[in-house]
Amino acid sequence: MLRGGGATVPPAGAGALRKARREQQLVSKRLLRDEALEEAEEGCVAMIFGEAEIQQFLRLAQRGTEEKEREGALVSLRRGLQRPETQQTFIRLEGSIRTLVGLLTSNQALLQLEAARCLHELSHSEQSAVVEACLPATSYLLTYLSGHSSDFIELCLYTLGNLIVESEAVRRQLLPQGIVPALAACIQSPHLTVLEALGYALSQLLQAKEAPEKIIPSASTDSSVLGSTLPQHMLQLLQPGPKLNLGVAVEFAWCLHYIICSQVNNALLITQGALSTLGLLLLDLAGAVQRTEDAGLELLACPVFRCLSNLLTEAAAEAVGGQLQLRDERVVAALFILLQFLLQKQPSLLPEGLWLLNNLTANSPSFCTSLLSLDLIEPLLHLLSVSNVVSVLVLTVLCNVAEKGPAYCQRLWPGPLLSSLLDTLAFSDTEVVGQSLELLQLLFLYQPGAAQAFLQQSGLQALQRHEEVAQLQDRVHALQQTALHG
Amino acid sequence: MQLPPALHARLAGAPGSAEPLPVERDPAARTAPFRFAPRPVRFPREHDFFEEGDVQRHLYLQDVLTQVGGAPERPRVPEFTCQVAGCCQVFDALEDYEHHYHTLHRNVCSFCKRAFPSGHLLDTHILEWHDSLFQILAERQDMYQCLVEGCTEKFRTSRDRKEHLVMRHLYPVDFRFDKPRKSRGPVMPGAAEQVLAEAPGDDGVPSEVDAMEVCSEHVEPPPAPAGERRAYSHRVPHEDLKGPRREISTSNGGSSAALWRCCRAFPPRRRGPRTLARAALHVAGL
Repeated sequence: MLRGGGATVPPAGAGALRKARREQQLVSKRLLRDEALEEAEEGCVAMIFGEAEIQQFLRLAQRGTEEKEREGALVSLRRGLQRPETQQTFIRLEGSIRTLVGLLTSNQALLQLEAARCLHELSHSEQSAVVEACLPATSYLLTYLSGHSSDFIELCLYTLGNLIVESEAVRRQLLPQGIVPALAACIQSPHLTVLEALGYALSQLLQAKEAPEKIIPSASTDSSVLGSTLPQHMLQLLQPGPKLNLGVAVEFAWCLHYIICSQVNNALLITQGALSTLGLLLLDLAGAVQRTEDAGLELLACPVFRCLSNLLTEAAAEAVGGQLQLRDERVVAALFILLQFLLQKQPSLLPEGLWLLNNLTANSPSFCTSLLSLDLIEPLLHLLSVSNVVSVLVLTVLCNVAEKGPAYCQRLWPGPLLSSLLDTLAFSDTEVVGQSLELLQLLFLYQPGAAQAFLQQSGLQALQRHEEVAQLQDRVHALQQTALHG
Repeated sequence: MQLPPALHARLAGAPGSAEPLPVERDPAARTAPFRFAPRPVRFPREHDFFEEGDVQRHLYLQDVLTQVGGAPERPRVPEFTCQVAGCCQVFDALEDYEHHYHTLHRNVCSFCKRAFPSGHLLDTHILEWHDSLFQILAERQDMYQCLVEGCTEKFRTSRDRKEHLVMRHLYPVDFRFDKPRKSRGPVMPGAAEQVLAEAPGDDGVPSEVDAMEVCSEHVEPPPAPAGERRAYSHRVPHEDLKGPRREISTSNGGSSAALWRCCRAFPPRRRGPRTLARAALHVAGL
């Protein structure tokens, strides 16, 4: 039995990351390195180059007589730029970036590539000064997005993504330079590698803290994501089918999540079919989980849960008559298959899945009925031992079902529910106990015999230990009264 | 967590919703001290609830969550020469050739041999440099289109456009793909003058001005095919990339189709995303 939702990352590292996230300091960058090259260079530690050496490489690259020589010089420079010390020296050298940009825009294709790789290394730095030194290159990186060399475009996109996430100052340059229209044009590429890179870059842009005001809304001038064709293309790329690629889908699912949780214009996304696309995607995910071992499907499940859950809170998610647009009960089946998968693979993500279950069942008698008719109550109860957060969510979902009246409570009874509740009453967490009390009250109200059975199983003793707890005492007393006197 | 066996069948079954059981609420349910009311919950961007998932996402991006699977190899092929007439570049990897072709031969102006990074820039160049009708119209109306994708502004002169690019779009003053045509007035310092194509074979020092427009290896291209969409268009016709590749023959007799299949992106194969991409999702029977 797991407690506390164990992550698979070593505790020390994860703790630091969580802290960073809390402080909104989580900066994630992607680095492309050629594994084949790395293997070949194994054992050769990248050197730290000084000014003189860097100057020599640049001179050779720019003016060497033989192409192989020029290329070789840039390769050496690129390797050196893997070291932060070399990066620092490089950016401080007068004219170095200018020369690099000149090589980036030269007519020698292989020099272009190597120059782009150099820039990429710089973009990945943790030092702001190094990253911001790349700014003179951005107009060219954007221009190249409408080119045709897919590998080069991929590299430019990852570099741009790294630059984007670095600072608002960088984005203040990229936005007027037209990054959003450039991405919107590039998303029509048929190359999966380009699409994945684009998704990454776009997700960084959408994650920016000024995104809800300056990047997402359609009222913004040239930099509006919702005003572009990007959302439609994103949804297309998330549609299940033989063309769905996991790496690409992960990126765009995260993009969609950042848009949706910014709550700018979710109604627009719903009219573009976001709910049905994501619902079908959820079904597809559950199917995939049954077929393959792992392959990182939880990386897609997480943003899909988030998107669906948040969209379901929108008024636009309801069709005429107050029913949810998303009604297919296979969604519930899929969700449980995914919950089971998460329990084994990544229990720390269970709350996100249960959040979705709450939003599906809260105002939907149909989905509550599905939970009962598909026999999902017992599996749900099984999750009660995972963690406090999970337990509260499970109990909330059960309350969603029970509060709909006697017809529902009847189907919750008898069965393991009572003994599970007696277990949760033994928790020390106030929220867990509080939610248990709410559920008990509903059962006492709607299910004849429930109070009696509760008494017989030493329920009163279970209640007693919480008699003095401030947030719980009123409810404890009320239940004691009901149990004893009906 | 045991799931009922019928659940998997339900997933694979037909869409449909359950006929809801009758809802019948007692007002006593929500009276104090009890307060439960079902409600969908919404979490905004920075909510702590997202902490765990965000950390997972971060680890994924940083490639800490690596998956098992070797990187696809970058095949070396016997040396071959670029097929474009007059170009004598030699390659031993298809990825390098792909980039070379796109950089130098794909968007080339047949008048002046300049190569451009995109069709859009090439079209603009042809219009502004080689279209006499454009020059006539430009005397009377704003014809110089902003180069930034999505911006519909037009300007009277290329100088006005440059100013717009710099002020509005924060472009560099010496942006390589915005060279004014033969300047009629005094040459401005720093601005590029018209640069003639260097003689073929002259691989001299590329000054910062030369940049992309000069294609020193390029020689007279074949004539434009019929059916170009503009009468004045003189784009060098390019084949889809698949074209040149199919013509590649290898000295060991290996089929080019096989080479095409195993060709993968150049730079860096990285772990994580690439190998994840192999677990393609399929909807079973949906």
